[in-house]
Amino acid sequence: MKKIIIDPITRIEGHLSVELEVDNGIVKDVFVRGDMFRGFETILLGRNPFDAVQITQRICGVCPISHGIESSRCVENACSVIPNTNGRLIRNIALASNFIQSHILHFYHLSALDFVDITAILKYTGKDEKLNRIKAWAQSELSERTKKNDKFIACSPFLPRYEGEDFYIKDTNLNITAIANYIKALDIRMKAHKLVAIFVGRVPHAIGLVAGGVAGLPDKQAIAMAEKILWEISDFINNSYIPDVIAVAKNYLDYLNIGHFSDFLAYGEFPQQNDGTQPYFMRGIVSNGKKSELDLSKITEQVRFSRYSSESNLHPSLGKTVADEKKENAYSWIKAPRYNGKPMEVGPLARVVINYLGGHTEIKREVDSLLSNLGISFTQFQSSLGRHASRAIEAKLLCKKISEWISLLDYNQMPRNVCEIPQSGNGAGVGEAPRGALGHWISIKNHVIENYQAVVPTTWNASPKDDSGIGGPMEQALLNISIKDEKNPIEAARVVRTFDPCLACAVHCLNNGRKISEYRVC
Amino acid sequence: MNRREFIKITGGITAIFTFPEVILAGTRVTVSKAAARASIIWLQGQSCSGDSVSLLNSEDPDIASLITNHVSLNFHQTISIATGDTAIDILLKTIKEQRKDYILVFEGSLPKKSQIFCTIGEVNNKPVGASEWLTLLAKNAKAVVACGTCAAYGCIPAAKVRSQQQNPTNSTSIWEFLKDTKIKKRINIPGCPAHPDWVIGTLIHLIMNKRIKLDEYGRPLIYFKKTVHDRCEHLEEYKKEIFANNWGEKGCLYKLGCLGIDTHCDIPMRKWLKVNSCTKCGGGCIGCTEPPFPDYGNRGIFPTTKA
Repeated sequence: MKKIIIDPITRIEGHLSVELEVDNGIVKDVFVRGDMFRGFETILLGRNPFDAVQITQRICGVCPISHGIESSRCVENACSVIPNTNGRLIRNIALASNFIQSHILHFYHLSALDFVDITAILKYTGKDEKLNRIKAWAQSELSERTKKNDKFIACSPFLPRYEGEDFYIKDTNLNITAIANYIKALDIRMKAHKLVAIFVGRVPHAIGLVAGGVAGLPDKQAIAMAEKILWEISDFINNSYIPDVIAVAKNYLDYLNIGHFSDFLAYGEFPQQNDGTQPYFMRGIVSNGKKSELDLSKITEQVRFSRYSSESNLHPSLGKTVADEKKENAYSWIKAPRYNGKPMEVGPLARVVINYLGGHTEIKREVDSLLSNLGISFTQFQSSLGRHASRAIEAKLLCKKISEWISLLDYNQMPRNVCEIPQSGNGAGVGEAPRGALGHWISIKNHVIENYQAVVPTTWNASPKDDSGIGGPMEQALLNISIKDEKNPIEAARVVRTFDPCLACAVHCLNNGRKISEYRVC
Repeated sequence: MNRREFIKITGGITAIFTFPEVILAGTRVTVSKAAARASIIWLQGQSCSGDSVSLLNSEDPDIASLITNHVSLNFHQTISIATGDTAIDILLKTIKEQRKDYILVFEGSLPKKSQIFCTIGEVNNKPVGASEWLTLLAKNAKAVVACGTCAAYGCIPAAKVRSQQQNPTNSTSIWEFLKDTKIKKRINIPGCPAHPDWVIGTLIHLIMNKRIKLDEYGRPLIYFKKTVHDRCEHLEEYKKEIFANNWGEKGCLYKLGCLGIDTHCDIPMRKWLKVNSCTKCGGGCIGCTEPPFPDYGNRGIFPTTKA
């Protein structure tokens, strides 16, 4: 048995490492570790609940909009207020824009270069000015840095990388197209953020998100710009993103058979009613191919292998989070949340599977078209490649919804309802971040935060082993995959990245206080 | 490049807040050779990666031309293709060879309680604390840039705890770890997040060996001299005493707790992604470029409980 440690896993958010035990090239045991802790819960105590909407966005710079919205929802819930129509629509627009930004960033900039051969740029013979400039840059980097003693930084940050035969796509045209789209995608994801900024002021860390709705409506000129940007983004998704995902999939069909997981959870998102109901992406549970209703009271968090001395297997809101950096056998700052005792995958694949089985017309149409295009089954879809495909499908559908939501804005109405922080009260806000199910819970006493907690997507996906020794979705997805070269374990890195881990979110588990069932869930 | 062009590129007094391609051509002369491209090592501590995401939102120059025309981004956890040992080797080689050709950019605060609260990579089977990398890499760096309010002043991970508990990790700014280290240049680019123009403009100053005037909190004056209030979109309403009492209403946001009067940065002019600002969108300035953020004594960000 050999041990392989990949630390740090780059091209994700935050500090994550993976330890693999490998026997004859096959992964036999996995330890996924979260390597950073801040302790947001303690910091929030005693503060104005309005501050939580700003502070919790800083949990994560990649999905601040999701945190800002869930935080607003839990504060509203405690104030017995719901957002008005404009507020709900603008939140949906801002969140959907950030989903698109996050999904494009994940595919092209965080994942694609595990498949695409970046060095193919040297073989480029076309006339595109940008590509030729990058080719000239790569040539000068490689020739000049070889002479000097700084070969190791030649073409950084694109090189060095894991090297091995058959690691990367061999088709030069496909590689060049993907590289061109990597560059184009930098511009498109920036423009998706421009959309977010138009509607909620800035991003990361939106200023326009406030309890009761949003702080303001954009003017007509900004809306015209938003519509133009949206058209450009939609064109890129339909003509580049989706074809590129399919092209990569066709070159790596083996990734349809690895990285499987079959239990999924989603809270649902993009409400079509102001009270938070009728989410465009529905909520639910899928366990072994069967869809059922979600029951929040069945969630517990286990800490046998997490660096916390607090009691294990409690409702996320019952126990305290007492950091114990010296705890024996513990290997992660991430807790192990379980639903009905079982690990659950959350995120784009979970949402798409739940909606597919729940009869979501548009998702069903997109998935079925992809299945027939690739000639694969729905079971094969629930794999590493399915995670990439699910993001592309979501991006496409959300683009259409954003246009619709923009057209429903009413410029004669306020962007929000007024909120008054009660002397005491409890509130919950649950929904979806790009990476999966996200819930915030607040408890208010003497007008300030008495208790605050968030259970976030990567805590589910990157959770360590639970009290019975069963690993989380990422650990299980890595089991039994084959690693050709232990010095270049690209296969494991690829599977980890399909989950789009976000460690800043995962490790801060905000706990203590009341049972989840005591909160009215909005 | 003449003085006028230089002022333009670094976002100075001419009120041209962008980096037009034609002006960038001037800098290309100095960086067309690989060896002349300044190396950047970008490390993350207790960060949310928000400053990195913000950097990706740069438009002029766009991020692709930044990393191919202006700098050599040797190490960045969110962008580098290198992962695991392949990535750590870059840092180890830089330290071992005592290279002195790089600018160290640090994002995120750091835990004083124990290194285990934030580690990057393993060396000899032991996790290495982010603060250890910082001290090893800072001493030979051409400059150390604290990017974002966490690295510069501590920010939220280091915020005062109102209950009787201690700050969970005893988190601080990076400078607490560099008190005894001789460093050529120390610069703070606060902001939660830092605006990409501030970061890139400062880096270009450093690369071109241009003098950067800093204020008493280590911030480049070209970006942080005036207050938000000085150039606020709601300044006329303030003068006419038209105040919003609830978010969503028209008027100056002062009564909602806007900190624009005390906060130094050029966002009302520069804007986020060229389209909006903290004050224009109706939320108000939360004072994120100032050292006391997010505490302001016991006040916090928003003083109101009904709005």
